[in-house]
Amino acid sequence: MAVFIKPDAFDPAAELTRFEATLPMGSFGATSSFTGTMRDFNEDSSVTMMTLEHYPGMTENQLESIIADAKSQWDIIDALIVHRVGDIQPGNPIVLTAVCSAHRAAAFDACRFLMEALKSRATFWKKETLLDGQQRWVEKNTPG
Amino acid sequence: MPIKVKFFASLREQLKQDLKEIDAAGIQTISDVWEKATDTPLLPSHVLCSVNLEHREPHESVKDGDEVAFFPPVTGG
Repeated sequence: MAVFIKPDAFDPAAELTRFEATLPMGSFGATSSFTGTMRDFNEDSSVTMMTLEHYPGMTENQLESIIADAKSQWDIIDALIVHRVGDIQPGNPIVLTAVCSAHRAAAFDACRFLMEALKSRATFWKKETLLDGQQRWVEKNTPG
Repeated sequence: MPIKVKFFASLREQLKQDLKEIDAAGIQTISDVWEKATDTPLLPSHVLCSVNLEHREPHESVKDGDEVAFFPPVTGG
């Protein structure tokens, strides 16, 4: 299980490679991953920057709990969640979830579960800066 | 020991405070914490809460030394 809260930009491919390298070679036959990236638009507005706030301590607990739930529901070998906090620019990765398992079905399904559970349980909040400099809190997640 | 109360995101900005410590005397539930910490009687239904870093419901109990947090719906990912 690996959970990382990143105050700076991260490279999803490098994080995924590093995560897979922590597992015994040949121990998994499937890796499924999801990367969420910042858009430059939301609800008909142009967005120039986003600031992600979180609840230190609780966030990590929630993410570890979500991975534990995935492990109890699917036959997976391990899972990774990486999430940004702080100021984020359009095009930058916000979140990476990844699951390694023996076969693809568990990896696909558990990876989707990680993202959906994160969106409803993990204590992160987004604040957008619009083209005219105004800021607004994102009040709800978009449908999957 | 006092109860430590934290506010996050838009709620922190609306209330103009991020951290407060309150005396646990007379406090039984999370709703009681909200009333004492904010001087407002009713915890709004959209506000979420936690005790000691775990999601909880407003009617659940708190005790001396707990860390209680209030925050809006989460929007990560």
